[in-house]
Amino acid sequence: MTTTSNLERRTFLQQLAAGGLVLAVGATGVRRLDAMSLFFAAGDPLQPSVHLSIGEDGLVTVVCHRSEMGQGVRTALCMVMADELEADWKTIRIEQAIGDPKYGDQNTDGSTSIRSGSYTRFRLAGAAARAMLARAAAAEWGVPVGDVTARHGAVVHAAPNRSLPFGKLVARARTLPVPAAPKLKDASQFRFIGKEVAGLDLHDMLTGKAIFGQDAKMAGMKIAVILHPPVYGSKVATLDASAALKIKGVERVIEIPTTPIPSGFQPLGGVAVIANGTWAALQGRNALKVTWTASPNDSHDSAAYRAELQASARTRGRVVRTQGDVAAALAGAAKKVTAEYYAPHLAQAPMEPPAAVASVTADGCECWACTQNPQEARDSVAAALKIPKEKVICHVTLLGGAFGRKSKPDYVVEAALLSREMKAPVKVVRTREDDIQNGYPHTVAFQHLEGALDATGKVTAWLHRVASPTINSTFAPGQTDLSDGELALGILDLPYAIPNLQAESCKAEGHSRIGWFRAVSNVPHAFAISSFIDELAQAAGKDPRDLILELLGPDRIVDMTKVGAVKPVDNYGDSWDAHPLDTARYRKVLEVVTKEAGWGKKLPKGEGLGVAVHRSFLTYVAVVVHARVSAKGEIVIPRVDIAMDCGFVVHPERVRSQAEGAVIMGLSNAITSELSFKKGRVVQSNYHDYEVLRMSAAPRAIHVHLAASGGAPGGVGEPGVPPVAPALVNAIFAATGKRIRSLPVGKRL
Amino acid sequence: MIVNHMIIHRLPSLPMRLTVNGTPRTYDGDPTQPLLWYLRDELELTGTKFGCGISACGACTVHVDGHAVQSCVTPMMAVADRRVTTIEGLSAKGDHPVQKAWADADVPQCGYCQSGQMMAAAALLRQKPKPTEADIDSAMSMVICRCGTYTRIRAAIVAAARER
Repeated sequence: MTTTSNLERRTFLQQLAAGGLVLAVGATGVRRLDAMSLFFAAGDPLQPSVHLSIGEDGLVTVVCHRSEMGQGVRTALCMVMADELEADWKTIRIEQAIGDPKYGDQNTDGSTSIRSGSYTRFRLAGAAARAMLARAAAAEWGVPVGDVTARHGAVVHAAPNRSLPFGKLVARARTLPVPAAPKLKDASQFRFIGKEVAGLDLHDMLTGKAIFGQDAKMAGMKIAVILHPPVYGSKVATLDASAALKIKGVERVIEIPTTPIPSGFQPLGGVAVIANGTWAALQGRNALKVTWTASPNDSHDSAAYRAELQASARTRGRVVRTQGDVAAALAGAAKKVTAEYYAPHLAQAPMEPPAAVASVTADGCECWACTQNPQEARDSVAAALKIPKEKVICHVTLLGGAFGRKSKPDYVVEAALLSREMKAPVKVVRTREDDIQNGYPHTVAFQHLEGALDATGKVTAWLHRVASPTINSTFAPGQTDLSDGELALGILDLPYAIPNLQAESCKAEGHSRIGWFRAVSNVPHAFAISSFIDELAQAAGKDPRDLILELLGPDRIVDMTKVGAVKPVDNYGDSWDAHPLDTARYRKVLEVVTKEAGWGKKLPKGEGLGVAVHRSFLTYVAVVVHARVSAKGEIVIPRVDIAMDCGFVVHPERVRSQAEGAVIMGLSNAITSELSFKKGRVVQSNYHDYEVLRMSAAPRAIHVHLAASGGAPGGVGEPGVPPVAPALVNAIFAATGKRIRSLPVGKRL
Repeated sequence: MIVNHMIIHRLPSLPMRLTVNGTPRTYDGDPTQPLLWYLRDELELTGTKFGCGISACGACTVHVDGHAVQSCVTPMMAVADRRVTTIEGLSAKGDHPVQKAWADADVPQCGYCQSGQMMAAAALLRQKPKPTEADIDSAMSMVICRCGTYTRIRAAIVAAARER
């Protein structure tokens, strides 16, 4: 573990180094050299950036500020750094950053880790160090810097043929100013970026050495298992801990106050059993006798709520986008198509239930957690303990899956509160039941769509109403319909050239915490949109692929100021200039995937292909699912093809595996998974009733087609998911003529 | 009594003996404690993962006398005088055919379930050196991967079977 004093020292040095740069603007080189030499003790590394440190031993430490949860970010960012640095891959070490604003945004969500600045920032840091090492070598040899080149962990001088390894140059290089705009490599010179590189964590994962949040430990640590309120907003009414306290190993039972709703990132409250081991704590929790106060959410029932959402989506909502005259076009349609779609709550259900260990002392709090957002964890812990943020150190372990769940640090706060009470380090072990029943469910959505076809089968009108509780309702009262940010996930940015188009956001009150889930509202929105296009194609007597191409129209950049959106449309936090909505890229992924999947081929009875295309997180994805439905209604998926254009590809093998994983998660969402409420409580409790796809139901083959168009990188982790569910239901329709409009499929066919 | 497919003839007298990754151990604790927590909390062998606690996900899969067993529902009394192998003991250097095949296919994403996946696969290949697709489905559907590495797991098992 990194100690506080080491951290402070490192921070101090970095601040001094930064200060040295400011001095450099007006100071002479000699003076700067003298000033800097005061700051650097013998043996100090070269640290041109908070993300990079090169030791005199030649080891290169890359500080990764984003959390590793399967998307391969640790290896990908090392590839970027090593490439620009011209490092020897064998010398690369990863250090996982603590939560600290000096690293910029560390929230590992929104598929941002490569696309939002890190790619460029890591390249610049590597290039800066390479330039400093080259200058140091040139000075050492007394030759012009233009005569030397950094290559594979050393700086070389061609004539005479000599070289110095990076480690030998560190002492001199660290006294040099950090170039602000170092020359970046040309893409043709890349050695790691865009190449196949084995993951740096692979060996640890294969030998059981990888440390996740559930595995973290501190000396003298106690284990806590918590009984959470069964209904959002209820509190402990009565507590009888006598039986729990009799269990061998149980040390204390502590009540955690319930945060008033909406509770945001703070704990739900409940009763914690603290023990000397996990088994004792689990038994202790089972032995608790607790009654709970009434909650405004006691009557929440998913069946009744669905009817509420349906009624809401059948009436006019808040108009968020309007073009032409939808009402007139629908009234004058040669053929009108109406369809309604339901997508239930989902649980992220990462294989590792959330866990955190915290130690609170008079000096502050140090914690280890499987968190997607260590800065938020730090801030939330500080707020709960009422201590300054700077007094909280949040280390990040590997995350055993996350999918949005672990961007909410309530479990880290629980560990900190309990450690303060126990005056000892405490690890909170969330169980699967906690994860399923006391998490942050993905939103539920009811959507009402109407479309008009003219006499030639051209789509002339499109009305989309969505009723779906917003994530914002977890953080602020009075949030009763989707936010503009959530509506921008598929609805406001619908690219199709339909003359009369309207989108409305309808009322949907939240009755539980609502949280991010891989691809967020794109998941239900893409389900409705791409299913409805398939239904329109059927009504128009057209091939679905042809209709999508027709709706995309000629290749063009969609002017997002002219799509009828009431407010400016968010583009995943990026600009529309840098990442325009490009119909050519939709077309390309659609053409690639349909060609590769053999679209149009003759299939036996009971089999069909379904297609869907969707852009999210700046990346374009098209999916073809091949489904076979037996006479008994059993669904088999022989093959899925997925084409992805995520702009520039840094780590191609991991892009492929993320696409494969997105297919599996998309199929879980579509076929097996449903989280529902009865009397305010989550009905499901573990993987036996909250079902996710297993090997036997997985596609026999997933073919990933990287259709990268180059340019700025887009997101990768999330965008594969949204088109999967509609492609499946469209395939089922092609196979059977049966239209699925309510998920999950598994219980309906 | 039958616990997790293992017949327990009589309750063991404490302290009981067992072998973990080749090391003889004695156990004097709660005979109903699941093997999982003994491995993780007491021996600090955290390669065996907690995923569900009810043998529904397979993240905790270990070998008992060479057979794949979900350690989260296997009480300590069921492993008296038995040989337990965890991922840490599957091979000395991480070079079991399954581990090599997993590396070649670049199977893991987050990695959390992979100990259980590899232990299940190793037990399958020990019983059925040339497993059919149905054998793989049957054995491996016990272990959930939420990242969705199933096609790579299948390919890795086929490759490992070919190597043997």
